[in-house]
Amino acid sequence: MNHKSTDQKTDWQLEDNTLICQGNWDISHSQQLNQRFNKVDLPAKIAIDGSKITKLDSVGALLLSKIANKYQARLQNFSNEHATLLKLVGKNTAEEQALAKPTQHNLLYRIGKNSLEAYEHTKQFLAFIGELVITLIKTTYSPGALRWREIVSNIESGGYKALPIIGLLSFLIGVVLAYQMGIQLQTYGANVFIVNFVGLAILREFGPLLTAIIIAGRTGSAFTAQLGMMQINEEIDALRAMGIAPIELLVLPRIFALIIALPLLSVWSDIFGVLGGMLMAKSMLGINFYDFLKRFQDVIQLKTYAIGLVKTPVFALIIASIGCYQGLQVSGSAESVGRLTTKSVVQAIFFIIVADAGFSILFSWLGI
Amino acid sequence: MVTESLVKIRNLTFYRGNRLIYDNVDFDIQRGKIIAVMGPSGTGKTTLLRLIGGQLRPHQGQIEINGRNVPALKQTELYEVRRNIGMLFQNSGLFTNLTVFENVAFPLREHTHLSEAMIRDLVLMKLQAVGLRGARDLMPSELSGGMARRVALARAIALDPQLIMYDEPLTGQDPIAKGVILQLIKRLNDALGLTSILVSHDVAEALSIADYAYIVSDGKIIGKGTPEEIRHNAASAVQQFIQGLPDGIVPFHYPAKDYAEDLL
Repeated sequence: MNHKSTDQKTDWQLEDNTLICQGNWDISHSQQLNQRFNKVDLPAKIAIDGSKITKLDSVGALLLSKIANKYQARLQNFSNEHATLLKLVGKNTAEEQALAKPTQHNLLYRIGKNSLEAYEHTKQFLAFIGELVITLIKTTYSPGALRWREIVSNIESGGYKALPIIGLLSFLIGVVLAYQMGIQLQTYGANVFIVNFVGLAILREFGPLLTAIIIAGRTGSAFTAQLGMMQINEEIDALRAMGIAPIELLVLPRIFALIIALPLLSVWSDIFGVLGGMLMAKSMLGINFYDFLKRFQDVIQLKTYAIGLVKTPVFALIIASIGCYQGLQVSGSAESVGRLTTKSVVQAIFFIIVADAGFSILFSWLGI
Repeated sequence: MVTESLVKIRNLTFYRGNRLIYDNVDFDIQRGKIIAVMGPSGTGKTTLLRLIGGQLRPHQGQIEINGRNVPALKQTELYEVRRNIGMLFQNSGLFTNLTVFENVAFPLREHTHLSEAMIRDLVLMKLQAVGLRGARDLMPSELSGGMARRVALARAIALDPQLIMYDEPLTGQDPIAKGVILQLIKRLNDALGLTSILVSHDVAEALSIADYAYIVSDGKIIGKGTPEEIRHNAASAVQQFIQGLPDGIVPFHYPAKDYAEDLL
């Protein structure tokens, strides 16, 4: 074949009721050709001459057969090869039918469908929690069966390695809180109350909440992704086939690890949060460290600290159980891992905040 | 047949959503034999293994292993039965965070209280059987597909199960690896007195080692018998499948609306 012919311009023109096509009618030229066809209106019952077409692929053939259909044109002088392709494409597009309307369901249908799905998910999650509780009860009878190696390695990856980021973020939150509040306090000359404020806010709310949210994003998502990949690799199927319950081997150690790690991380977060506040109190309000700590001891009760920490095992339970549950829901593809990881983080954070609000109500009800 | 069945499936009916996967079918898995279950992709061959392993429950019918009806078992009994079943998965299902050695040792550590020395000997024995004793310290990510399957096979036989189920062990393997795996399946079956269920769509390979074969399609058993009987089965669907003809009773096109309609 002579390759010079491909340099011939891809175009068409109308001469004596014959549409003469030339050049490469392929996917790279289809847009340009189509645009030209859209701009002009051709007379009906013309002939389409293909003798000068150097290359024709399925896109070009589809374009030609659509033009031919639109203007009831006939095709002529095509090479055998091209004619075969046109016939194949034409056969499948010949009987044109009206476009089926996409089925659009009304609002009621969609609400119903979504409610049913939500109901189904809730049911499954409850079944998961049920299985978890049964396994938990079994392990309390024989604590030796608990997988300490797994638990310790999860404490390391999910807790110990989170120390720097939690320390840093808590410190910054402490600085910001003290700064914002310091401006207000300065105007009233009530500088020293910064200690009450920082102590109460960090120990009771920010420390535990911030830690839980960071861990939900960091460790909860990791749980989902790990179990999800294991699901895709058929590792979880392999476990089941070996007669080992995945809940026992994979879920329970993660939950225990987080229940142990999260309170400790919250203490860590408390320390750095107060440190941040202390630094800001000194540089902005002129309260030195000694006075700060002295007053801290006097005004912040142990109760405040305890209330903050009591919440953390519940947060840990939320993060770990949602993370693991979503991981086990993964099926089929990497896309599903991504979707469920997002879902696990969003759900975990949502429920942490709901639980925190619940605790606030409970504590005020109890008068503490 | 004179030999009794290890697995006896009667009137099995199973739906996935609204799709009928099995429509009132019977299977008999004879003790000590290699049974091939073949059929086009998507006909529920893997589903059959999951049904036998009790991971799915049938909508109707009995699945008996050693006389125990799997769908009626409680969770703990089910796990007990599964300990007697080795299973080889399509993707091997090796634990990616453990070495080859630890992968094979895993079921032993889980289900027995053997000493470390005993476990070591047993693991090396199983790895030797699949020819990978030298690969014991590698991680699963460092193995080729064929090697990963052989490790998974070693793990599946770690507890000396009575029944071993292979889910598409040959898919995506080069001819040499295929030959090696086929030979292993045959040798292990005969040497260890196992019973094997081999799910596959590699007809020639599967028929070369099977003692008995079932061909399933559209929820039915369309052909069964010894490899010789299958090869000479006159039914057109069976012939289409074993000769690999593109169109026939099993259509080339997945059910779809009119092509012209789709193009518009």
